[in-house]
Amino acid sequence: MSENRKSLINLNSGLTRRSALKGLGAAAGLVAAPGFVRYGQAQSSEPIKIGFQCHRTGIGAAYGRWYERVTTAAAKRINDAGGINGRPLEIIIEDDGTDPKRGAEVVEKFANQHKVDLVYGTLFSHVVVGSAPAAGELKIPYYVVSEGYHVASGKMNRYCVQPGITDVKAQARSMAPWIAGNLGKKVTLVYPDYAFGHDHRDFFTPAIEAQGGQVVAKVPIPPTETSFTRYFPQIPRDTDVIYHVMVGPAVLTFVKEMGEFFGSGGPQLFGFIDSLEAVDIASPGLEFLEGSHFWEGMPRYAQSDQPDYVTAYREAVGIDENGASVNDAKDVSTAAHMFGCWETLNIIKASMEACDYKGPDDRAAMIEATEAMTEMEAGPDHPQGKKLFNGKIHQVFGEQSISQVKDGKLEVVHRTSIEDGAYEPEADYTAMSF
Amino acid sequence: MTRLTPSTKSIALHVGVVVLLLALNFLLPEYHRGVFARVLVLAVFAMGYNLAFGYTGLLSLGHAMFFAAGLYGAGLTIYHLEWSVWPAFGAGLAAGVVVALVVGFLALRTTGVAFMIVTLMFAQVFYLMTLYFTTYTRGEEGLVLPQEMRVLGFPGGVLDLSDPSTRYLVALSLFAIVLAAILFLVRAPYGRSLIAIRENEERMRMLGYDVFVNKLMAVVLSGLFCAASGAAYAVLFGYVGSGFAAIQYSILPLLWVLVGGAATTLGPLIGTLFMFYVIDTASSYTTAHLMVVGLVLIGVILFFPKGIIGTVRERWLPWLP
Repeated sequence: MSENRKSLINLNSGLTRRSALKGLGAAAGLVAAPGFVRYGQAQSSEPIKIGFQCHRTGIGAAYGRWYERVTTAAAKRINDAGGINGRPLEIIIEDDGTDPKRGAEVVEKFANQHKVDLVYGTLFSHVVVGSAPAAGELKIPYYVVSEGYHVASGKMNRYCVQPGITDVKAQARSMAPWIAGNLGKKVTLVYPDYAFGHDHRDFFTPAIEAQGGQVVAKVPIPPTETSFTRYFPQIPRDTDVIYHVMVGPAVLTFVKEMGEFFGSGGPQLFGFIDSLEAVDIASPGLEFLEGSHFWEGMPRYAQSDQPDYVTAYREAVGIDENGASVNDAKDVSTAAHMFGCWETLNIIKASMEACDYKGPDDRAAMIEATEAMTEMEAGPDHPQGKKLFNGKIHQVFGEQSISQVKDGKLEVVHRTSIEDGAYEPEADYTAMSF
Repeated sequence: MTRLTPSTKSIALHVGVVVLLLALNFLLPEYHRGVFARVLVLAVFAMGYNLAFGYTGLLSLGHAMFFAAGLYGAGLTIYHLEWSVWPAFGAGLAAGVVVALVVGFLALRTTGVAFMIVTLMFAQVFYLMTLYFTTYTRGEEGLVLPQEMRVLGFPGGVLDLSDPSTRYLVALSLFAIVLAAILFLVRAPYGRSLIAIRENEERMRMLGYDVFVNKLMAVVLSGLFCAASGAAYAVLFGYVGSGFAAIQYSILPLLWVLVGGAATTLGPLIGTLFMFYVIDTASSYTTAHLMVVGLVLIGVILFFPKGIIGTVRERWLPWLP
C-alpha cells in the first residue's frame, strides 16, 4: 500500500511544465491526426476525392505498389487534361493490409472521415468481398480492379462495379479454344485447393469440353504445401497440357520441381501469369518455363507491333521494355493486371462527366451512368484493348493475350476475342434498388 | 459519508463504462462510432479469451477457431439455409460451445507449451477445413450475407443491423451482457477457483477440486463468448471468410488482452480499442506502421508491464476486478 502511495506521489510531483507541454503537444497531434480531422462537404470547385483502397502491406503488397504507381500516373494524366468536369482529381490512399476486415474499415474511413466521392482500386478478392457490404450500406460507389468473379456473380450490391478488368470466368473460358486448337485436348488441372483455384477448375472445365477437349485429371494442391513432387505422379501419362495456376511464394518451387520431374519431354505447360506477376521470368529455376505459354491480361514485355498509345501508357506508368521499373530493373511490374487501374479511372471520369457529377448526391446517377456504358474502343483511355461492358452484372469483357516464353521473355502469340470469354449473365444489378 | 465498498465501486465503474459507451453512440463522429461498434464486438472476443488466459492461466493459441465457429455457425445458416438472425446467432453459439467442448476435452490433457501447440494445431485444422469446404464457405474469398437478411426480428417489428446506430447499440448490448457475465463469474466462487487453479493447480487438486472439469468449463465459457463475438460480427458486418480462422486471429486477442491487462474485466476493451487506434493512426502516415505498433508495444510493456488496466490496478486502484 505504501508503495502505491509512493508511486502516486511520484506521479504528482513528476507533473512538470515540460511534461504538461508534452501532453498538450501529444493531444494537439492527436487532434490533427487524419483520424480526427473533420472534412467539409465537397464544393463544386473542390477536388473530386477518390479513396484508393491500396494493398500497401500484406500479401498483396507487390501488386499494391504497382497499382499505386499506375493510379498516380492515370490521375496525373486526367488532371493535366483538365480534370473531371473541370475539377481536379485527388487520390487519397489508405492501406488495407490486404485484409478483408481492415478493408471494410478503410471503406468506412473513406466514406465517413475523408468524405471521398467513391472508393476504388482493390485487387484481392477477399478484400473486395469483405469490403462490399460496407460500400453497400454506406451507399458509396466501389470500383474494384480485382478480376474475381464476385462482382459478376451478382452476390455483391448495386454499388460494386468492375469496369476496368475482365473476370476470372471470362479469362479461363477464353483460353479454352486456343489451348484445344494448339496445345492439345487432354488437360490436367493443377490448382491451389481454395476459392481462386476452384474458380479456374469450375470455369475452365466446361469451356474445354465445349471445344471437344476434356479434363483428364484435377490435382488440387493444399494451401500449406511447400513441395509438389509427390503430386506429379497423379498427372496421367496421356495428358497433352498441364494447366497450372499456383500462386504465392511456393510458385518458384512448384515450377522448378515440375521441370525436374518431366525434363524436356513432358506435356505442354499453360499457366496464368498471376503466378509470376512481379517475378522476373529470368529467375533461377524458371528456365523450365522456356517454350511454355501464359495468359496475360496485358503484355509485360514491350511487343514489336504495339500501338503508340500502349507505348505512351508504358512510359507514363514507368516501365521499361522488360516490364520492370525504369528506375530499377529488378522491380518487375504486375503488368497483366495494373492496366485495370488506368482504365477504371478513365471510366470513372467518363461516368462522372456523363451524369454531370456534382457531389455525393449524384452517386446513384454515377452508377447508372457506368451501367449505361457498352463498347469501349482501344486507345489512350483503354490501352489494354477493346472492351464491352455489361451493365447488368457490372462486369467488363475484353480481349486477352496468350504469350510464349522465348529466350526468357514473354512474346504474345495470340489475342483472344471478346466473344471467346463471353458468358450468360447470372444476375441483374440494375433491378436492385440503390 | 460512508465509504464505498470495493464491490460497490466495481459495479458502479462497470455500469458507468456501459453508460459512457451508450452516450458515445450520440456523441462520436460517424467514423468513430463505426470503429467503436467493431471494437465492442471484438472486445467480446478478447473478453472470452481473457477468461481462459487471464483468469484460468490457459495460454491458448487457437481461439480463432471459437470466433470462427460462431462466425460460420451464424453466417452459413443465414447464407445457405436462409435462417433469420436469432436462430442463426443461436447456431453460432452452439457451434462455438461444441467446438470448445471437444477441443477442451482433448487439449486440456496437456498443459503449458503443449497446450499452446495442441490448441494451435486444432485451430489450424479448423482453418484448413474452412478452405477445404470452399464449395460452401468460398474459402479465403468468403461470403457476403445479403443486407436484407441482416435484420433482427422482435414482436413489435424489426431492427436493421446495417443501420449504424442500431449496429452500435446491438454491439453495446452484447458487450454489456458479456461484461456483466464475466464480472459476475470472476467475483463468484467459481471464478475464484479458476484464479486459484491458475496460481497453484496442485494445491487445488489436493483441496479436492476437480481441476479438469473446472478448466473445461472455463474453456467452454470462453468458447461461448468468443463464438458470440464471431456470430455478432457476421450478422452486424455481413462478411464471413476464412481469414478470421487464421492464426492471426488467435494471436490478436492475446495481444489485446496483454495490452489491456490480463485478468482484468475492462482490460480487453481498452486493449482492443488502443490497438485499433494505434494501427489506424500509424497506417495513415507510414507503410511501416507495424514498426510503430512494435515500438508502442515496447513502450506499453516498459511502462505498463501488467497491461494498461492491470498496472492501474496494481498501482492505484487495487479494488479493480
